[in-house]
Amino acid sequence: MRELYARLKERCALGELTQQRPNLGFVTLPREQLRQALTHLRDSEGYTHLVLLTAVDWLEDGQFQLTYLLSHRTQGRDFGLRVLIPRMDAEMDSIHDLWPTAATYQRELREMFGIQFPGSPGVNDDFILEGWTGMPPYRRDFDTKRFSEENYNHRPGRETRDPTTYMKQQLYPGGL
Amino acid sequence: MPFDWMKIPYALLTLFIVFNFGMLLNALIQKIGARVGRRYGVPIWQNYADLIKNYGLRSSITHGVMYYLGPVFRLTGGVGLLLFVPTIYGSEMFSNLSFAGDLILALYFVFFGTLGMALGAGESGHPNAAIGITRGLSQVTAAELPFALAVFSVALQYQTFSITDIVAVQQAGFTSWTLFTNPLAVAAAMLSFLGSMMRPPFDVVLAPQEIPIGPPTEYHSSYLALMQTNRAIFPIAKIVLYMSLFFGGAASWPVFFLKVFAIYMVSVLVGVAFPRFRVEQSIRWFLIWAVPLGVLSIVLV
Amino acid sequence: MKVELESRIVEGPEVVGVEPALDLQGKALPAVQPGAYSRTVTLMPRAELERRMVKGPDGVEFEVEPLRDYYCEAGPTVMPAAYLKIVEDLFNWARSRSIWILGFGTGCGAIEMRPLMTPRFDAYRFGIQWRPTPRQANLFVISGYLSVKTLKRAIRCYEQMQNPKYVVGLGSCTINGGMYWDSYNTIKRLDDYLPVDVYIAGCMPRPEALLQGFEDLKKLIRAGKAEGANQYAERFDWYKANQKQIIHDWDMPDYNW
Ligand code: SF4
Repeated sequence: MRELYARLKERCALGELTQQRPNLGFVTLPREQLRQALTHLRDSEGYTHLVLLTAVDWLEDGQFQLTYLLSHRTQGRDFGLRVLIPRMDAEMDSIHDLWPTAATYQRELREMFGIQFPGSPGVNDDFILEGWTGMPPYRRDFDTKRFSEENYNHRPGRETRDPTTYMKQQLYPGGL
Repeated sequence: MPFDWMKIPYALLTLFIVFNFGMLLNALIQKIGARVGRRYGVPIWQNYADLIKNYGLRSSITHGVMYYLGPVFRLTGGVGLLLFVPTIYGSEMFSNLSFAGDLILALYFVFFGTLGMALGAGESGHPNAAIGITRGLSQVTAAELPFALAVFSVALQYQTFSITDIVAVQQAGFTSWTLFTNPLAVAAAMLSFLGSMMRPPFDVVLAPQEIPIGPPTEYHSSYLALMQTNRAIFPIAKIVLYMSLFFGGAASWPVFFLKVFAIYMVSVLVGVAFPRFRVEQSIRWFLIWAVPLGVLSIVLV
Repeated sequence: MKVELESRIVEGPEVVGVEPALDLQGKALPAVQPGAYSRTVTLMPRAELERRMVKGPDGVEFEVEPLRDYYCEAGPTVMPAAYLKIVEDLFNWARSRSIWILGFGTGCGAIEMRPLMTPRFDAYRFGIQWRPTPRQANLFVISGYLSVKTLKRAIRCYEQMQNPKYVVGLGSCTINGGMYWDSYNTIKRLDDYLPVDVYIAGCMPRPEALLQGFEDLKKLIRAGKAEGANQYAERFDWYKANQKQIIHDWDMPDYNW
């Protein structure tokens, strides 16, 4: 992983290497160099499999973090590239020409986070939420509880208990 | 030959007995299959409940005339096959409408239902039905080929097309059965039998509980009930044909029940022991194993 | 029946939460500035549903409006029971002994249906079978949560089943939302959208509970009380209004049989 990091560092401006397991590492890099790094990893380093493309909403920082996780099939190693993009009018370059499967991930991200991927095939089609017009539900400022209460009929009589106190009462009725 | 009106109630009686026997036998076979899988299995009268339920459904929709006629044709195929084969040899009551040359007609009836079904299901317009038909027709055609060869071999052997005459020749005892006098033809026909009974390993056409259920995808209510009725009659009718041609026929009802059950069990035993073939595999299988046997049997006669 | 096919344009800013949202530790998150999220949503008009000219095999051109011409517009009707009570009783007996389940698993509860086919539970001995097509099935087991997308398919399947038909709601998700009670995408009361005969509670219910639920359903059927299909026909407008309230891209006929 270290050697890979060193080799990659010669080409792109990389952030720190976060090594979570001997065979799993993450690195942050600027948006412009993502494509170059991905191409290099795919064609020269053997990371041929795009495992997933996902997003994290850093609401406080006003940023989305996109994670591109690649896998080396024969060595059994995974390497993740992270890109931070501004939350406002979020937009990212499509990589569907590198991995056709990416188009599906990008379609999902467009729907769930509202991140635009211009040029990605079918990216504006409905993925799971058919006919959804409001704020994308995976953004953290989207209040799912409130949305659910406003939109879906509710059956009265539902009780919610705090699991810790409730189990204590059940298991030790006399008090601990 | 003057027509004997008494034959009609007799024929209906045959139909009634065979229908009930078929319903119970089918459930019994299902139960045997379940026991092999260590399940308890359906109750023996399950098929009656299903049938009444389907006749009792309050709504049904049609997709056109052919859709409506499909199950009717199919049932006609079953009933016709049954009625034109002498069910009980030598009995005035249960010989039904058999006549000289009925073998050709019987062969035709075997195929008739399938064709009607194909037209009807085709009109239902469901893609799964269309897929089922292509699969079904190709498999049935491949499976019927050896049977037709075997039938001609038998007809050549006995120099007649009358089933009654063929059965008559076989009455001299076990050793006079076609099974022993023309074993190759019987072997070819039995392989074809496996294919046409819609049991594993050849049941991919009608896999009853999976997504591509095949031709009956759109059939429901009374349409489906008609087809269920046919599923009780047709296998028995077909087995009667086999029994008459190859296994000496039956001279009384107990012998009939016993022989039909035994012949049915052949396909069941094969079915529980072998996994399912895909259509192209089964066609290849028929063409490689069963057809040469049939050709050989004709050549040797 | 009228179907909106023009593309709807929804423009931001659109802020759903007004109170400050809380993060996991209970600290208030920074308030959402107006305009923080804006996007233009274009609902694609479905080309295959639009009115268009079609050339027939005989060369004649004619206009079709798919939703109107390819489907029958008649709504469901209430179907009376058999005239003679004894006949209806016989039918009810047969219906209760021959329950054909539509093989459509909607949520995680579907995983509990499979064991019923195995030697350990063997539902076949109770006359329960699975059918791959709604035409032949008469019991629809809603096995767990229903997302709006699945609800749309479930309605279509339900409407294609033949009268009489039954619905069993499996798991607490169908009753009051279960653990998806605050989800943005799942319904919380199944009986607002489809007429339910029996609910089986639990998350998820064990196969034994399912068998027990089916036995209860059988009692209802025997007593002639499982008339969900007729109820659906009677209160058709109410059900449709509920369904359309949450299915926003309604691109199918009102009654798809
Ligand atoms: S009730 Fe539980 S098991 Fe069933 S669908 Fe809901 S969450 Fe899943």
